[in-house]
Amino acid sequence: MRLKRKDLLGIEELERDEIELLLSTAESFKEVSEREIKKVPTLRGRTIINLFYEASTRTRTSFEIAAKRMSADAINISVSTSSVVKGETLRDTAKNLEAMRPDCIVVRHSSSGTPRMLSRYLACPVVNAGDGAHEHPSQALLDLLTVKEKLGSTDGIKISIIGDITHSRVARSNIYGFTKMGAEVTVAGPPTMLPPGIEKLGCRATTSMEEAIRGADVLMMLRIQSERQAEPLFPSVREYSRLYGLDEAKLRAAKKDVLILHPGPINRGVEISPDIADGPYSLILDQVTNGVAVRMAIFYLLLGGVKEGLQEGVKA
Amino acid sequence: MKKVVLDDKAIDRALARIAHEIIERNKGTEKLVILGIPTRGYHLALRLQNKIEEIEGVHLPTGAVDATLYRDDLGIKKDQPSLKKMDIPISIDGKKIIMVDDVLFTGRTIRAAMNALMDFGRPLAIQLAVLVDRGHRELPIKADYVGKNIPTSMKEGVKVHLFETDGINEVVVEPAQEAKQG
Amino acid sequence: MNRLVIKGGRLVDPAQNLDGLYNIYVMSGRIASIKKAEADTSEVGNGVEVIDASGLTVIPGLIDAHVHLREPGYEYKEDIRTGTLAAAAGGFTAVMCMANTKPVNDNESVTRYILNKAEGAAARVYPVGAVSVGLKGECLTEMAELKAAGCVAFSDDGVPVANSGLMRRALEYSQVVNLPVISHAEEHELVGAGVMNEGDVATRLGLKGIPNAAEDTMVARDIALAELTGGRLHIAHVSTRGAVELIKCAKARGVRVTAEATPHHLALTDEAVEGYDTNAKMNPPLRSRVDVEALRQGIKDGVIDCIATDHAPHSSMEKDIEFDKASNGIIGLETAFSVIYGLVENGMLTLNEAVRAMSTNPAKAFGIEGGRLSVGSPANMAIIDLGRSWTVDPRQLNSKSKNSPWLGRELKGTVVKTVLAGNIVYSRA
Repeated sequence: MRLKRKDLLGIEELERDEIELLLSTAESFKEVSEREIKKVPTLRGRTIINLFYEASTRTRTSFEIAAKRMSADAINISVSTSSVVKGETLRDTAKNLEAMRPDCIVVRHSSSGTPRMLSRYLACPVVNAGDGAHEHPSQALLDLLTVKEKLGSTDGIKISIIGDITHSRVARSNIYGFTKMGAEVTVAGPPTMLPPGIEKLGCRATTSMEEAIRGADVLMMLRIQSERQAEPLFPSVREYSRLYGLDEAKLRAAKKDVLILHPGPINRGVEISPDIADGPYSLILDQVTNGVAVRMAIFYLLLGGVKEGLQEGVKA
Repeated sequence: MKKVVLDDKAIDRALARIAHEIIERNKGTEKLVILGIPTRGYHLALRLQNKIEEIEGVHLPTGAVDATLYRDDLGIKKDQPSLKKMDIPISIDGKKIIMVDDVLFTGRTIRAAMNALMDFGRPLAIQLAVLVDRGHRELPIKADYVGKNIPTSMKEGVKVHLFETDGINEVVVEPAQEAKQG
Repeated sequence: MNRLVIKGGRLVDPAQNLDGLYNIYVMSGRIASIKKAEADTSEVGNGVEVIDASGLTVIPGLIDAHVHLREPGYEYKEDIRTGTLAAAAGGFTAVMCMANTKPVNDNESVTRYILNKAEGAAARVYPVGAVSVGLKGECLTEMAELKAAGCVAFSDDGVPVANSGLMRRALEYSQVVNLPVISHAEEHELVGAGVMNEGDVATRLGLKGIPNAAEDTMVARDIALAELTGGRLHIAHVSTRGAVELIKCAKARGVRVTAEATPHHLALTDEAVEGYDTNAKMNPPLRSRVDVEALRQGIKDGVIDCIATDHAPHSSMEKDIEFDKASNGIIGLETAFSVIYGLVENGMLTLNEAVRAMSTNPAKAFGIEGGRLSVGSPANMAIIDLGRSWTVDPRQLNSKSKNSPWLGRELKGTVVKTVLAGNIVYSRA
């Protein structure tokens, strides 16, 4: 079995059976991280480059640990300037990287679409570690794994994603992921943070926090991203927190054993109160553990394929 | 054109004999741990665990060691093989491991399984029990306990069917299909 | 006395209401006479060049009211020589070039530099002078000086005149020289960091959107100011149904406003951005189906007077980069007629409406000689094989830049010859 594609650029194009393959493979890899010798020789001698244009310690570290636990060599390249400042086209960037013969390139960028644009010039697999407001597939996969572990299955469950949906790649990937896996997704936030046509992705949208929480099996709180907003999307953090922050009072409307997810890092007291973040229903730390396993599974399934089948569509 | 070389009863007798040999060779059951190579090796391991318990009254720790991540042919085959169960029930430091597999062929699976085991600790010894040895070794690997030696040609394949996985107990020889790992 | 006859072609000239087989006689760069082909018994004398146009269509040379020739200052993207060659290859005999060069065309020396370079070029060049000095939006340029040097209109295109007070004065003052002010209508704060049309596609691609309102509010403002001042206003690259509606009502009220739309805004929707193709990134952005339909109807009704390409060459350094960072704009001179002819073939426009928008009306709106082939008119024409297809091959484009969404596509309606002042300036094999 294998993934039906060379790259992992998003959840939108994945079929349900590919998602299930990724999740079941990730489950097997969890065990490796519990051993004393946290390494398997499977990708020994392969080179995996983490090309991060956007600062991110946790995601990059997670990919790095995943690569190393597979015995691959992980190289981190932090790019502080984009192509336009360097005067280098994407084709140049890709060809230069390719000259180092990597086996896989993991890309995070603040401009949506950049991993896809790079993948057209690269023969090796490209993994999207987050592009602008577009997709963050490994995050959605680890969220799915976390929920599946706790609830047994994702079919028929109700999940609400709350926060700045407009700027959130985590939201988009999770909308695709959870709907493909049979869940009912609702997104919620102030009108300024709900993009036009979001329902067309397969979810419900509401500005009512109460409606989003009522009856939900899982609540996913998104981080308020001050670094990504130029315009004022809400008058103050205080008002946002009052309306859309998750606290004990609002939580009372939820199901008794509702699960809480957050992609991290948490703004304590803004989108989620500290006691809920640290409380018994918070799966935030499980998400981190599952993140490494999911990324190991991604590497395992992408790097296994035969060379000749993968080079269609690569530009000169 | 398949030929049944071992039937239900023959398999059972072979396993009983292997169980006795294990106890005899190791002068008892002290420090023994049985680890089967999934999928069928694991079920055979459980059967051996039962047989040894019947004979000696001792319930040996039994588990599974999945060799998939240690294979030497990953990336050459078209698909990634699916990962199986890894279940090491206790620390293997200083233990005598009885590895169990259904068919011993090229020896590569056993090599991979041993590498996997070494990442878990330092066993005192590793012994290998197989239901069928069909020859054609590509590595210097030998089984300590063999159910039946079945010489075969490269054009043939040996399939072990177990009730737990296939609904029937039999060992068949038939024309080969897939590339080998063995 | 150079003499030329174009024989047996189908002449389509909306200005004279002509659509039939005619022989066209050219002398000294102008139309000497036009005779119905079947009734023409005259002999062609010695020394007269004959173009056999049987099976072909002859139209007055196209006039593009919105072109960026990039010279002076950005010659690596395009220059006057290559830009006019591209124009001729597309059937254009005249182009109006925008002022956002380096230095900006806000004084007579830059205007004269451009006209100097354009001498002998494959198409006539009519410079557009800036509205404000340096395009800074603070002080008006010396419009009389610019007109005397050869400018035919004023525009800060590339950027809007954000200061409404300044736009009012520009529309008032420009009446001294009776030239139109061309408005690049967008409200900066509503555009924000947007890179494509705000809507379902942008949401799905995770790209920031530019709402229709960014254009509509500015168009409304410009119309109100034109109405207030009585000045001549021309709205560049209209892209929204709201703007079409506003222009329609303004014309009905007698406001002196004209408008243009680009071939790409008439042919493509924001779905073209799929896959993050930077050759679908321009300003104003490609809009939705409903907007495209309104624009097409606008051309038919005459609410939108002209089709202008907004030919905006960019090199791979500006386009083969992250979508957010890529420069706005595509080339358009060489594909314009074929793209519009595609709409004619699909029954959305008639050939007459297309030629009217691409030649007759631009000549009228900007007082450019041409746009018709009546006796005495300059012999500027495009000869087209409507039935022939051509493939948009980047290696064969005359423009230095290759940023077109039609690369590799096969288009119908091929320009086979372009005649400028009686001389063949372009001929396709």
